[in-house]
This record gives sequence, structure tokens and C-alpha cells, in this order.
Amino acid sequence: MSQPEDTAVDHDVSKTGGSAHVASSDPVRTLELVGIGLVGVLAAVMVGFIALDWLRLYPYADSYPFVESLYSATQIDPVIGQLFDQLMIVGMWMDYYLGTNVFKHPFMWRSIATGVLIGIVAPLVGTYLVHRQMALIGETLAHTAFAGVAVGILVTGFTGFGGSLLFIALIVSVIGALAVQWLTEQTSTFGDVPIAIMLSGSFAVGTLLISWARGTVAVTIDIESFLFGTLAVVTPGGARMMAVLSVAVVAIVAITYKQLLFITFDEQAARVAQFNVRGYNTLLVVMTAVVVVGAMQVLGVILVAGMLVIPVAAASQIASSFRETLYLSILIGQASVLCGFAFAISQSLPSGGSIIVVAIAFYLLAIAVSDRSTSLSMH
Amino acid sequence: MSSVVDIQNVSFAYGEQTAVDDVSLTIEEGDFLGLIGPNGSGKTTLLHLMLGLLSPDSGSIELFGQSVDSFDQGERIGYVSQQATSRGGTMPVTVRECVRMGRFAHVGHSRLTDEDRRIAEEALETVDIMNLADRRVNQLSGGQRQRAYIARALASEADLLALDEPTVGVDADSRDAFYQLLDSLNNAGITIVLIEHDIGVVTDRANRIACINTELYHHGDTESFVESDALSEAYGTTGTVVHHHH
Repeated sequence: MSQPEDTAVDHDVSKTGGSAHVASSDPVRTLELVGIGLVGVLAAVMVGFIALDWLRLYPYADSYPFVESLYSATQIDPVIGQLFDQLMIVGMWMDYYLGTNVFKHPFMWRSIATGVLIGIVAPLVGTYLVHRQMALIGETLAHTAFAGVAVGILVTGFTGFGGSLLFIALIVSVIGALAVQWLTEQTSTFGDVPIAIMLSGSFAVGTLLISWARGTVAVTIDIESFLFGTLAVVTPGGARMMAVLSVAVVAIVAITYKQLLFITFDEQAARVAQFNVRGYNTLLVVMTAVVVVGAMQVLGVILVAGMLVIPVAAASQIASSFRETLYLSILIGQASVLCGFAFAISQSLPSGGSIIVVAIAFYLLAIAVSDRSTSLSMH
Repeated sequence: MSSVVDIQNVSFAYGEQTAVDDVSLTIEEGDFLGLIGPNGSGKTTLLHLMLGLLSPDSGSIELFGQSVDSFDQGERIGYVSQQATSRGGTMPVTVRECVRMGRFAHVGHSRLTDEDRRIAEEALETVDIMNLADRRVNQLSGGQRQRAYIARALASEADLLALDEPTVGVDADSRDAFYQLLDSLNNAGITIVLIEHDIGVVTDRANRIACINTELYHHGDTESFVESDALSEAYGTTGTVVHHHH
């Protein structure tokens, strides 16, 4: 049965095993690494901007005299503010040359910074999620996060809690993630039906809570922007949260790359090798919840799961190894975010839809490329 | 000689359905044990119990002299599951990446060293798939894929190799070559537990046989198994099965 298959494989190996193959694949690999390096630099700049945006208001200086004296002693006090002003002047020049009205506004920079970080962490977590065939869980957690926003609106409305709405959404979403994890463990025989029920259930609870909150407390939040995502919804606190979460998620994936890979590839063998499969599964689901809440700001609840899935699907079409899939997902994710932003800004359209449409365009392109390469290798 | 696996009076049921009933058997170092029985006889369940994937309702299981509940030397076991249970079918993972996973249990959260990479390359060499190292696992034929999983077990320097019907859907030539490979690994000192539906293969290769159908019908060397009527008792037929395969 597999006799012709085997000869085909041998033929292929003799063709690709030569030095010509090495010469042609190395530049691609170098290019990928350069791309990842550039994305890393971009992310570092964006995290730097968010930090600057925070420090220019000199946090805690009023409440702690020690911190205030530290600011002035280290010259942070005037320097950070001046640096930020300089950055905004650069933004004005950019607007002048591009004929836009974007880069002089700090809130736009916050959105762009959040978007860049989403373009990294969403495909990063998504790579494991997609190949564990848990894409529906990402979607479910996004809807749980919406319920979290509703709870956040109620809590802030009733108690005047000064904290971020997103922080409450984050807590609710993590609880939702643990519930999803428990559901999948308990009901493996029923497949994904309980997950699907939880998806609509949490969204239903969210809409009920928001409708009720509208009649009870003063709601100043624009729900539509949470559903569909806009550039204007990102608050300084939201951007800060995204920066902290992104650094944490990247660090955790870097540390647990091997364990997550093994469990994704062959869960039973990983159990036999005494990996804490349950622990890593929980970690993955919680990381997904965290990324979803961060990404919801720009992409919206309904579209956020797309960013977890589409870049990974595109990368899996053309990548030859898992590491390459991870790199390409991040590159495609980042390109989708940047092109999506450019499109959204130039056309004054919502950012979420723009990013997802661009990502799908990349996916179709990847299918076309992989079809072409397979048809080529058959001749 | 020390026991690699020691199973004492183990029973396991899925709800009301008893799958394994009061089975005791030991696997010694260097054994090649063939685990046979009809469909639904609890072979896979027994293997999963041995490896700690399931917990017995009663009885005790020891791996390398350690209770299976507290067993922490996962790198000593190489497990090749039935093909359907691994994501190898869809995931973009190269053969080399797959084989290097065998080192993951050794290094924990730290990076793979050059030594780890060298051991993985040697494993690729041993099972003779070096020329496939950069191919995706899902582009391999069934026999090549099982070799990749064996290489992963070798890379982890496993002392016990557990295989669950590894050659389902593999053509006859590749299957013979695969069992020759298992033979040579066994001769090199690796203990092997093999579930196989083809009894002819098992009696040719294994030096010990455990025949189960919920209960243990035979456990001993291959010669005594062929002479005994354990097979017909376990399969509930008149022994035509064994003739059929010879």
C-alpha cells in the first residue's frame, strides 16, 4: 500500500537533501530570524513607550515623599516628561509628512503599542491552542471575558471601585478559564458540547448584566467598542496591563516551550514521561484567558479568537517545523496588526475587523503558496 | 535480575464493565513480552495501568521497584501509542524535533545541550531515518513514523519500551524491518512490552507471552504458550486462530 509512497519519499529526499536545498533554505531561515528580531525590537520600543507614558505622570510621587525625592534625585522628574514631549513632536512630524492625524495623539500610540503586543502573544499562545485542537476554547474565553466586562461595569458602578474595568474582566476570565478546564476534564465523552454551551451561556449572562446595569447605574462605557474593537478604547491602564501580561506570557512560554510542545504533540507519551500534563494544560488555558482580555481592547470580543487562530493556520500551511510555525505565526500576526491598523486609520474603520480581514488575506496567500510548492515538488 | 514491571492482583473497571480482573505478572529486565488477547480483552487497559496512565481499582503496580503512583523516572520509559492518539497527523513537527522530545524529560526547563542533540542524532542513526530528519512527521509513511517514535524513546535512553499495536496500517516489508529493529534493541538490553494482534509475529519475536481476556490466561515463555491451550481458552474458539496465522 505505501510502496509508491515510500519511493516518492526517497525521490524527494534525494532532491532536497543536496547542497542546493541547504543554500535555498538558509536565507529563508535567516530572514525569519531577522523578522523575529525586528518584531522584538518593535515590541521593546512599544513597552518602553507604555512605561514612559506611565512614568511621565510620576506615579506614587504624591503619596510617598521617598518616591518623589527619588524622582528628583535621579533626574527622572524633568527628563521623562521632556522625553515624552519630544516623542509627541516626532509624532507631529510623522503626521505632517504622512498627511494623517494619528501619531501626535498619545492615545493612538497606546492603541498601536497594545496592537503590536497582541500581534506577538496571541499567535504565540494560539500556536499551542490550535494544535491542541482547542480553538473553540479561545472563542469561549473571549465570551467569558465579555461577561467579565459586564461584571466590571456593575462593580465599578455600585462601589465606585477606581480600578480598571479590564482588571475585573481579567479575574472573571481566569475563573472562566479554570471552569473550562474543569469541564473538558469531566466531560471528555461529550466532546465540545459543554464548551459550546458555556460560550453562549457566558455571553447571555454578559448581555443580561449589561442591560440591567444600564437601568440601574450610570454606564459610561461604550459596549460596542468592546464587542467590535476600536482604536480609541485603549486606556493608559489597559495598555499597561497588556505590557505586563505580554512580558509575563512571553517569559512563561520561553520557559515551558519544550513541555508545552511535547504535551501538544503527544499527550499520552507526555503523561508516561511524567510531565505534569494537567498543570501545563491549566497554564495554557489561563494564558489564553489573559491574552484574550488584553487583546479584546483592540480586536473586540467577537473577533479576538481570530487572532489566536488565523495567523497560526496560515503559518502551519507553509512552515516545515514547529519552531518555524511559531516564528511565522508571530510574523504573520504582527503583519496583520500593522497592516490592519494602517487600513483602519486610513479608512476610519474599526481596527478589529480590519486586522482580521488582513489576517485572512495572509491565510489565503499561505494556502496559495503551499499549493504551489506541493504541485512543484510533484513534478 | 530485577523486575522492570511488577503487577500484583490488579483489577480495573470502566464503570460496571470489568476490563482487567485480578491480573498478576512481572516483567524482568531484558524480557520481550508479547501482550495478546482478543479485541476488547483489556490489553491496552493493562498497558495503561502499567504506565500509570490509569490507576487500578485494586492491586499494586511497581515500575523499576517504585510504586507507579510516585514513579518519577519518566525518561526510563519510551511509549509508542496507537497511531490515532498522537497529533503527529496534523501538527507541523519535524522528525528531528520529535526525536529531541526524548531529551525533554532529562533537561526539564533548561536548554538542550550539544550532548542532548548528539544523543538525538544517534537515535536517528540507530533506527535508520537520518535522511528523514528534516521532514514533517505527518509526511511520513506509517512505518517511518513509528521509527521516529522509537527514536524518541531511544533518545530518552529508555530502559523499557512499551508499544501498543505499532504496525497497524504498515505494509508487510516495513513491518518485518520494524520487528527486526525491535529484536536488535531487545538484544541490546532494552526491555520491550508489545501489544500485537498478529499472534504469529508475537510468537516469532517475543520470549515471553501474556495472554489475557480480562483475566490472565497465560504468562510464561513462548514455547510453553504455543504448547498450551491458553489461546483457545482466551479467544473462546477451537484454536483455529493459531493455525490461521501459521
